[in-house]
Amino acid sequence: MPDLLSVRNLKIEATSYPPGEPPKTVTLVEGVNFDVQKGKVLGLIGESGAGKSTIGLTALAYGRGGVRITGGEVKLNGEDLLKLGPAGIRKVRGCKVCYVAQSAAAAFNPAHRLGEQVIEASLKHGVMGRAEAEKRALYLFKVLGLPSPETFGQRYPHQVSGGQLQRAMTAMALCPNPELIVFDEPTTALDVTTQIDVLAAIKHAIEETHTAALYITHDLAVVAQITDDILVLRHGKMVEYGSVKQIIEAPTQDYTRALVNVRGTKREEAPDQSDTLLKVDNITAGYSNGFKVLQNVSLHLPKGQTLAVVGESGSGKSTLARVITGLLPPQEGTISFDGTPLPRALKGRTNDQLRRIQMIYQMADTAMNPRQTVRDIIGRPLTFYYGLRGARKTERVKELLEQIEMGGRFADRYPAELSGGQKQRVAIARALAAQPELILCDEPTSALDPLVAEGILKLLLKLQDETHVSYMFITHDIAIVRAIADSVAVMHRGRLVRFGPKSKVLSPPFDDYTDLLLKSVPEMEIGWLEKVLTTRRMESAGN
Amino acid sequence: MTGNGPAHGPELTATAAAGEAPQSAGVAGSVASTGAPVDEGTPSFWAKLSKSSPLVALILQRLALSVALLFAVSLMIFGGVEALPGDFATTYLGQSATPQAIENIRKDLGLDQPATTRYFKWLGGAIQGDFGNSWASKNSVSEQIGKRLGNSLFLAFFAAIISVPLAVGLGMLAVQYRNRMPDKIINVISLAAISLPEFFVGYLLILFFAVQMGVATFPATVYDSMTIGQRLSAIALPTATLVLVVLAHMMRMTRAAILNVMSSAYVETAELKGLSSLRIIARHAAPNAVAPVINVIALNLAYLVVGVVVVEVVFVYPGMGQYMVDAVTVRDMPVVQACGLIFAAFYIFLNMFADILAIVANPRLRHPR
Repeated sequence: MPDLLSVRNLKIEATSYPPGEPPKTVTLVEGVNFDVQKGKVLGLIGESGAGKSTIGLTALAYGRGGVRITGGEVKLNGEDLLKLGPAGIRKVRGCKVCYVAQSAAAAFNPAHRLGEQVIEASLKHGVMGRAEAEKRALYLFKVLGLPSPETFGQRYPHQVSGGQLQRAMTAMALCPNPELIVFDEPTTALDVTTQIDVLAAIKHAIEETHTAALYITHDLAVVAQITDDILVLRHGKMVEYGSVKQIIEAPTQDYTRALVNVRGTKREEAPDQSDTLLKVDNITAGYSNGFKVLQNVSLHLPKGQTLAVVGESGSGKSTLARVITGLLPPQEGTISFDGTPLPRALKGRTNDQLRRIQMIYQMADTAMNPRQTVRDIIGRPLTFYYGLRGARKTERVKELLEQIEMGGRFADRYPAELSGGQKQRVAIARALAAQPELILCDEPTSALDPLVAEGILKLLLKLQDETHVSYMFITHDIAIVRAIADSVAVMHRGRLVRFGPKSKVLSPPFDDYTDLLLKSVPEMEIGWLEKVLTTRRMESAGN
Repeated sequence: MTGNGPAHGPELTATAAAGEAPQSAGVAGSVASTGAPVDEGTPSFWAKLSKSSPLVALILQRLALSVALLFAVSLMIFGGVEALPGDFATTYLGQSATPQAIENIRKDLGLDQPATTRYFKWLGGAIQGDFGNSWASKNSVSEQIGKRLGNSLFLAFFAAIISVPLAVGLGMLAVQYRNRMPDKIINVISLAAISLPEFFVGYLLILFFAVQMGVATFPATVYDSMTIGQRLSAIALPTATLVLVVLAHMMRMTRAAILNVMSSAYVETAELKGLSSLRIIARHAAPNAVAPVINVIALNLAYLVVGVVVVEVVFVYPGMGQYMVDAVTVRDMPVVQACGLIFAAFYIFLNMFADILAIVANPRLRHPR
């Protein structure tokens, strides 16, 4: 079968402008070759910075920002896209090759109705007339399982949910009957329970329309469900290229093996959970507009152990952390720490009470002052809580850096000079500097690549063994819960659905929500998606 | 190229406007209790309204705020004029006037009454369009202002209908050719125009067009007996001066707002749909850049009406600005107060319209969930 898309010797460069230095040309991608046949799906996988999206966009001969495709060829049906002029490439984009972005919420124009945006490319390229395009949009809305497909197109982007937008974006890409679609992490920003629906919809739509696709993701478990072949990338170079079966079941490269076996951390839950450190009793909290984000939440956390709080976005997990820190005083209920009740608001708490509870955030980037060095960032709590200055402070900062496995040479760096994982480590060191008894971790690994996230989790567990600190670990990732938790709280729409030791919470009998949540987590197994969908269908038929 | 634009203007505006929706109940409620007592008995009315149609609630809130602001301004104008040193009677009669004569004039003008009485009397009249009589000429202030205001608006109107489309068009053109020659030329010329003080621009224009080339009319004084053609020819130079002065600000804001939107993900989507760059700018970028642009246009329109004092003086144009300056020199307080209030009203209501248009342009408010 002739190749639909054939990429040879791809070289992509960008110019960076480091302050105070002459502009530098950086090679982002080099020596990449792959083919996509008609109706087949190729998965591009790798961590951030691997060049996945950049390579995906070459199928549309597009470079984001200052990115330039400087070498190789990208042939679509035998025609080199890189040799087409601006007018020629415009005829390919949105007509023969379409693109589905990671964040559909940002990729839809807020000023226009969804239906108009879905059919725009088809109309502008003269693929079909308005009536026909509207009919096709309706058909696609139905195929993708959007609610009330007849009126869906009349809505504005802000009027529908994130999962629906992602499906609408897929409809937009499918509408002009393209030969190839580039999916750029289409489910990464979604909750697991939504992700599975969108995945199923995309898979179904690809099968229905016989479109070929490039599917970009960092999640091998997701790509295993939807693609025929996989190309593993690292630092802009090919690591391994083969069929899904070969990559998942018999990877030949170390890096691929590491990706396949990424979830290696495992901790047995502590047998004795009686020595309570934090007790949250019947908390109800909300914001001034009267909406209650948390309702009657009660839970407790033993000393030196980890409580995982799991739920989807909007379930109130982070609000619970804000209530415990005192940033958001609860409307009802009490919080006691080490046997004594805590004042409700931040202002009422003593310095020592503040010291004993520290926090780590999802975005280490935004949680640190970009104009302070690592020394200042970690040193601040040392001065504030312990009055350390001068040599003693320097010594302690060095100690903490050793503890987070980074070493003293990082002390004079600025956050911008650190990688994502290193930034999160510095944030952990800052929390540790106060010598707290409880650290609230608000999704500290969800913005990180799997292997880096794994390293952070291992570090957290090591620190727990050394210092007997307790963690309240907020996450939406069941795999992390399995790996590190002693007890688990499942939250849904502001209520506590399930709470107890990990072994109890994660084993049947389940309530409906926990069941759905557990079943939605993709597993590194070919055919998992079909299996789940079949079970669901049988269950709904049985009801 | 596109990543380093200015901060997220339109997005911020959008979220700020959306974020205000829930609070509007409280603000509007407090306005209702201090200003006009509407629906005192049903406090949930505003809450309900702002939920069911946030657009109407927000617009009503802006209206109420504008009226409240205008009252506050009237207080400040009156207070400010009261606090001015000197006194009309002494200025009018000279240093050697007898205390008795001064007392008589003060009584004639009603200055012997307490300030609060005079304020409410003045305000009551102003609401009905009666600003009293000028102390200097004894003529009705409203009548004289009517004529002068007409002249000022005539000038501002022509300056506006030339400058606004020109500024928006040039802004879009600058985006289309960003960082290339046309963009740079537009930028340099507009920057030069905004950097020169308006009196200087005015004198330059007079020097070239009226003195050396002799194609324009100067002075720009207009009379009742002039035909529309003569009037237009008379205001050509002041209009050109005003256009040059306000053009750059609006043009640069349009450019910045559209460029900011051009770096957003949905413009990339449009680009990846293979649309032409003109369609991308006009259909995908411009509607989202409306809010900040409208605000700048309103500010400049307000400037055209309020800030033309210097231009009117340079061109000897009988507008409001000149009238007010003359009145200040002779301490003709009714005229000063009336001019001040009318200027403030223009300023406040133009900004209010800009706010309302920006609110209406926001699809999140126009089509609530």
